[in-house]
Amino acid sequence: MEALYATAVGVLTACGIYLVLRGRTFPVIMGLTLLSHGVNLFLFASGRLALAAPAVIGESADPTDPLPQALVLTAIVISFAMTAFVVVLALRAAVELRNDHVDGVDPEEDWRP
Amino acid sequence: MNHLPVLPILLPLITGALLVTLPRLGLNAQRFISLGATVAGLGLVLWLGSMVLEHGRMVYALGGWAPPFGIVLVPDRLSVLMLVLTATLALPALIYACRGDDDAGAHFHALFQFQLMGLNGAFLTGDIFNLFVFFEVLLIASYALLLHGGGTARSRAGLHYVIINLIGSALFLLALGMLYGLTGTLNMADLAVRISQAPQAGQPLLQAASLVLLVVFGVKAALLPLLFWLPRAYTAAAAPVAALFAVMTKVGLYAMIRVFPLVFALDEPLAALTAWQWLWPLALATLALGGIGVLGATSLRNMTAYMVIVSTGTLMAIIALGSTEALAAALFYLVHTTLLTGGFFLFADLIARQRGAAGDYMVVTAAMKDRRTLGILFFFGAVALAGLPPFSGFVSKAWMLQASLAEGAAGIFWPLLLGAGFLMLVALSRAGSKFFWRQSPERDHDMRADRVRLACVIVLVGAGLALSLAAAPLMDYTRSVAAQLMAPGDYVRAAQEADLRLTGGH
Repeated sequence: MEALYATAVGVLTACGIYLVLRGRTFPVIMGLTLLSHGVNLFLFASGRLALAAPAVIGESADPTDPLPQALVLTAIVISFAMTAFVVVLALRAAVELRNDHVDGVDPEEDWRP
Repeated sequence: MNHLPVLPILLPLITGALLVTLPRLGLNAQRFISLGATVAGLGLVLWLGSMVLEHGRMVYALGGWAPPFGIVLVPDRLSVLMLVLTATLALPALIYACRGDDDAGAHFHALFQFQLMGLNGAFLTGDIFNLFVFFEVLLIASYALLLHGGGTARSRAGLHYVIINLIGSALFLLALGMLYGLTGTLNMADLAVRISQAPQAGQPLLQAASLVLLVVFGVKAALLPLLFWLPRAYTAAAAPVAALFAVMTKVGLYAMIRVFPLVFALDEPLAALTAWQWLWPLALATLALGGIGVLGATSLRNMTAYMVIVSTGTLMAIIALGSTEALAAALFYLVHTTLLTGGFFLFADLIARQRGAAGDYMVVTAAMKDRRTLGILFFFGAVALAGLPPFSGFVSKAWMLQASLAEGAAGIFWPLLLGAGFLMLVALSRAGSKFFWRQSPERDHDMRADRVRLACVIVLVGAGLALSLAAAPLMDYTRSVAAQLMAPGDYVRAAQEADLRLTGGH
């Protein structure tokens, strides 16, 4: 299970980094989303992986650590809100700058300083 | 329990929430509430400061939950210095904004208060995840503030700024996950103890976590490979926003000197940390690039943004030396540079308003109406910023040079610092002569400077003189801050005592 989990985190992060380095806003936003997914899984695993161990005392003999779950929840809320914000910002920039490059300049068309 | 430590966070939070929920309040009422809360906030942090000076470090457990499980606020001398600095800069920036800049978009005052809340919280908290949360609060407020007023330049700068900070946040969470996975705690004092006792097998991961944190704080503080978002963002932002942002880059520096000496260097010297050794070359390169940027800037606002980079490079280089005296000198310089660069962002706007279409670009135009007042002010501000006597820039620069000499780093640091200062002087002289001496023969501009705006700029530029007049007490204070920072054992002990008090000694 650990190997599968680690691979998932690694693939998500690698894809996220690749997409973040792209030149247009849509892949960058997708990359940010994948990156935050990878990070959330990583945070979740920092409390160690366990099966059939709810984070409630009394439900099982060996309850799992509830804190990473709370941290992940905080991180999810923040990253969800920020994704929504950056989508709106990218749309606004695309309308105002008339292209969807993160630099605000389309290298193939009109070059403006 | 004394609830004073949490009030600098609650006051802007409640004010901001009130301003959001009462949109029909009218601009004047919003200004009144916002100004009132900011003045009250200044009073609160001064009161908190007197308490900290009296009792030493305070440990406040939120909700009465004992650390390390609950979140603690730990106001100490460094927190107080940063809180008072933020409040002192925020007030003139807000008054300046109330003269019309706040009308350019919705919710300026609410966002300003949320920004203050994030800053105050980051300076107070003693829990590293809570530090992340307050970073997010101040960043989210700053995203919206940067876009305040709209326009293509702001959208373009905003997109960069938001994306790089989102990546920074993701990295911050990765570092926190590593730390939590290794130690099982997020309270800074508790982390320090567990990291100093960590087994050898955990060291590479701990080192990785510390380096990731260096990157995160480097993004916030604008350290060399991570600073290219800054000039565009600070140039595009509305003047009062840019002035407040002058303290935002200092949050990254604050986080470095809060986290690294305490969490990673409890038992070993600071200079032995891998992350700290990276800081020195990066900081020197930042300083050099900032100096070149100042010289190449096309507008006064842009030049001020590069001066922020120069100040980051200077600060990082001097703290990288790792001695108490160097840290004290850095903190003195931090106060000076934050107030003056903040003041210069406002000043650039004031000049731009007098020059019609030319704005604050470095071109010769018709004479300004208030050229005498503004010219004298510019002269004093430029002298203070470039670090010439008798202003605070000179005091801080001389102290930093001495501190680096004592550490044997003068050979590299002196030429770079003095060279950057010289480049700043050249650039400022060029700007001054373009703005005030050379005039095209057209009819003079007839717009007068707004009295209140002018007063805000005078107060912030005058801070350079005030700081040099009051240099001795402030130097004593920053020395005591540095001494407190360099004794992380005391911090841990204070936190543990509070823990015992709350759990009733069990």
